[in-house]
Amino acid sequence: MKIEISRGRVIDPALELDRVTSVYIAEGAIAGVGEPPREWRADRVIDAGGCIVCPGFVDLAARLREPGLEHKATLESELAAAAAGGVTGLACPPDTDPPLDEPGLVEMLKHRARVINLAHVYPVGALTLGLKGETLAEMSELAEAGCIAFSNADAAMPDTQMLYRATQYAATFGHRVWLRPQEPYLAHGGVAHDGEVATRLGLPGIPVFAETIALSTIFALVRETGVQMHLCRLSSAPGVAMVRAAKTDGLPITCDVDVHHLHLSDVDIGWFNPHANLMPPLRSTRDRDALRAGVADGTIDAICSDHSPVDDDGKQVPFGEAEPGATALELLLPLTLKWAREDEVPLIRALGALTSAPASIIGITTATLRKGNAADVCVFDPAHSWTIRPDALRSQGKNTPYLGLELQGRVRCTLLAGHVVHEM
Amino acid sequence: MTTRNPQLNRNGELTHLLTLEGLPAEVITHILDTAEPFVSIAEREVKKVPLLRGKAVFNLFFENSTRTRTTFEIAAKRLSADVINLNIGASSTAKGETLLDTVDNLCAMNADMFVVRHAQSGAPHLIAAHLDAMSRTHVHVVNAGDGRHAHPTQGLLDLYTIRHYKRDFRALTVAIVGDVLHSRVARSLIHGLTTMQTPRVRVIAPRTLIPTRVEALGVEVHTDMREGLRDCDVVVMLRLQSERMRGALLPSAGEYFKQYGLTLDKLALARRDAIVMHPGPMNRGVEIDSPVADGERSVILPQVTFGIAVRMAVLSIVASS
Amino acid sequence: MKRDALPDAEAALVALVERMAGAIAKDAALVGIYSGGAWLAERLAKRLPGPHPLGFIDVSYYRDDYALSGLKPNTRRTTLPFDVEGATIVLVDDVLYTGRSVRAAVNELFDFGRPHRIELAVLIDRGGRELPIEANYVGARVAVPRDTTVVLSRDPGGTLSLGIEPLRGVA
Repeated sequence: MKIEISRGRVIDPALELDRVTSVYIAEGAIAGVGEPPREWRADRVIDAGGCIVCPGFVDLAARLREPGLEHKATLESELAAAAAGGVTGLACPPDTDPPLDEPGLVEMLKHRARVINLAHVYPVGALTLGLKGETLAEMSELAEAGCIAFSNADAAMPDTQMLYRATQYAATFGHRVWLRPQEPYLAHGGVAHDGEVATRLGLPGIPVFAETIALSTIFALVRETGVQMHLCRLSSAPGVAMVRAAKTDGLPITCDVDVHHLHLSDVDIGWFNPHANLMPPLRSTRDRDALRAGVADGTIDAICSDHSPVDDDGKQVPFGEAEPGATALELLLPLTLKWAREDEVPLIRALGALTSAPASIIGITTATLRKGNAADVCVFDPAHSWTIRPDALRSQGKNTPYLGLELQGRVRCTLLAGHVVHEM
Repeated sequence: MTTRNPQLNRNGELTHLLTLEGLPAEVITHILDTAEPFVSIAEREVKKVPLLRGKAVFNLFFENSTRTRTTFEIAAKRLSADVINLNIGASSTAKGETLLDTVDNLCAMNADMFVVRHAQSGAPHLIAAHLDAMSRTHVHVVNAGDGRHAHPTQGLLDLYTIRHYKRDFRALTVAIVGDVLHSRVARSLIHGLTTMQTPRVRVIAPRTLIPTRVEALGVEVHTDMREGLRDCDVVVMLRLQSERMRGALLPSAGEYFKQYGLTLDKLALARRDAIVMHPGPMNRGVEIDSPVADGERSVILPQVTFGIAVRMAVLSIVASS
Repeated sequence: MKRDALPDAEAALVALVERMAGAIAKDAALVGIYSGGAWLAERLAKRLPGPHPLGFIDVSYYRDDYALSGLKPNTRRTTLPFDVEGATIVLVDDVLYTGRSVRAAVNELFDFGRPHRIELAVLIDRGGRELPIEANYVGARVAVPRDTTVVLSRDPGGTLSLGIEPLRGVA
């Protein structure tokens, strides 16, 4: 099917392109930008006037809850949410039930996602069996089945010897390791940022040095093993500063932040709002501002959603008992735009954090409108205001601190390999 | 992200008592003034008044506490209310029923008031928000202690005690000694004292028992008890729970008593007419010495009497909103 | 509604004393309802041939409108220095209107014991009863509009006077 997306402002961070022009799609691939191919006759013209046309977003962390946690969400609902959010490729963490520590599970997941065909799924495999932090998982087998990296998700890995060996083993075969910098003993039992708000509310806290101590450990292991390391969900100002210094030193690391952390702080817990229970916790406004500056100056490479659908049983409970996480696939775009607008970050830079940067972290070459690439495209209206209501979200998870609030920026149309998979 | 104070209804009346934080001084004063005549009712032969006749007060205790539950029961019965005690034990989910499901079921049994104690900070807030969302405006929540967060009736009876013996908060130096990190009693008292414009509120404890950035609550931090007690008008001793006595936070009860236990010679550093308070139950020889606990400056027993009167006042006020 | 002129409080008190003297039991206790009834009971105790035990009753906790008007903390203590059980009591109030204060006072007395007999003496009866209650002894009767309240005041010298005020905060 020949599709022409016309009159939109085409922004492609990878190609450093930002102008009003048309995009031509044929046989599922980009056939041209600006210049139509010879003898072009479109089967369908999508009028993107007033909209932005960009590569489909690549989300480094979106929990799909399959296998095993289908009462929270299913692949059908969450991949539909991804499409509605303009996300054409997403990495899913290994903390399913059972965890993704077996090639068969990974193959099944990839197969299911292909059949549903709403977004590309890039599974992150378990670093250790069962995520228990005791035995290595079969990384090469899992990589063959389709895992693009290995992680222990949120599960603690207190055994540093184990962590060292896991990164060493991964480095042997060139596998990527994605780690959350959080020292498990210091974080144990904590549900909020250890600061004034936690003290007032009487909530057990997780101090900033749980992150900085873990970062020190991880940097030392990267130096030692040469593993390709990606840091997941930075949360603090000192953490950003450490990453900045390490990168200046030449350490080959990348890192991301989740989009809710760019906006919210521990003050947003208010009167124990369980929707503000996130992991890592929302820290102080100073930390939030450092995260925002970190994305703007490139210290933080990518913005992800950290999408975690949680049902009422997990949230309509006292704060300390709540399951952490927020539904975020459909808020990734408006919240990124909000940050860019407020901090006057050029749109092309902001979208780079959602497209070219995460793509390179995963190791894929899509996320650009280069001729010949698969046509994964997002068309969005940056000015469209909408209220975040349960019925406005495709995800089964309705758990977001933004419930009831209005945001600007909504996807009009998403294409996956040249097929329209979402349309408003 | 609601910003309205969930304790006050749309007319500004106290409809739930969840925490002393954010309660205006006028509301606190109103509660203390209301409690005063209730103290003398306790001394009459007929100790009952019919203020809550026909009302059902449910004691929802998810954390065991015979003391607090008993004082609430006495207070409610003295107001002629019907009292039902529910000891749900450690976890509501152990029964397979969520906290809010339990609340809904009890509302269906025409509960008028919930007195809630829970191990999780914020549980009473969750219940109050849920009742509000269900438009059950005639059902009220009184927090009998939630996690480390708040114990507002204890804070109020402590304020009542201090006012009874010392009259004007604005002239006082008050020291709170002990495990402030885990103490909802301390947090509530700090909020109450600062609201009532007490100029010097001190916490005295080893660093391991002091919460992060506690200065932001308006207190001075002391790790040296002798320094901290100097010229105090009121000394409040907190209970040290046995599980805290040995481990990562403290090496032993003995060492704790040596550094932070209240003895007569340490008390001598406070003002001569200083009063000694304790929320109870006391660990004699751990946080407080018997000669002090039973001495003439101790007002620990009157605290209990005032506690019933203050709880009667709280129950009456929220029920009448 | 036709409005009478308010009678003079001291004159009404003289009339009330005349009606009570010789009519009430020799050992009757006088119990004044705070605050107007309390002042009156004190005056009656001095003027009536006695002695009569003197008590005071605060009905705040027994009112039926407490839920509507909220709990006012300015409550005085009920003091009954005699055994209510088997007693003859004359309740004293300043103005008898709906009858609700008297109902509350009777209920409160019964919480202390079972009296042999309760009578009611009031300085002013303004009609407008909402309960089946009547006074045994009345100083004066008066008719005033429904949206007003009759108030007894006492000056520093102890002289009583009556006034009329608009009713605040209609329930």
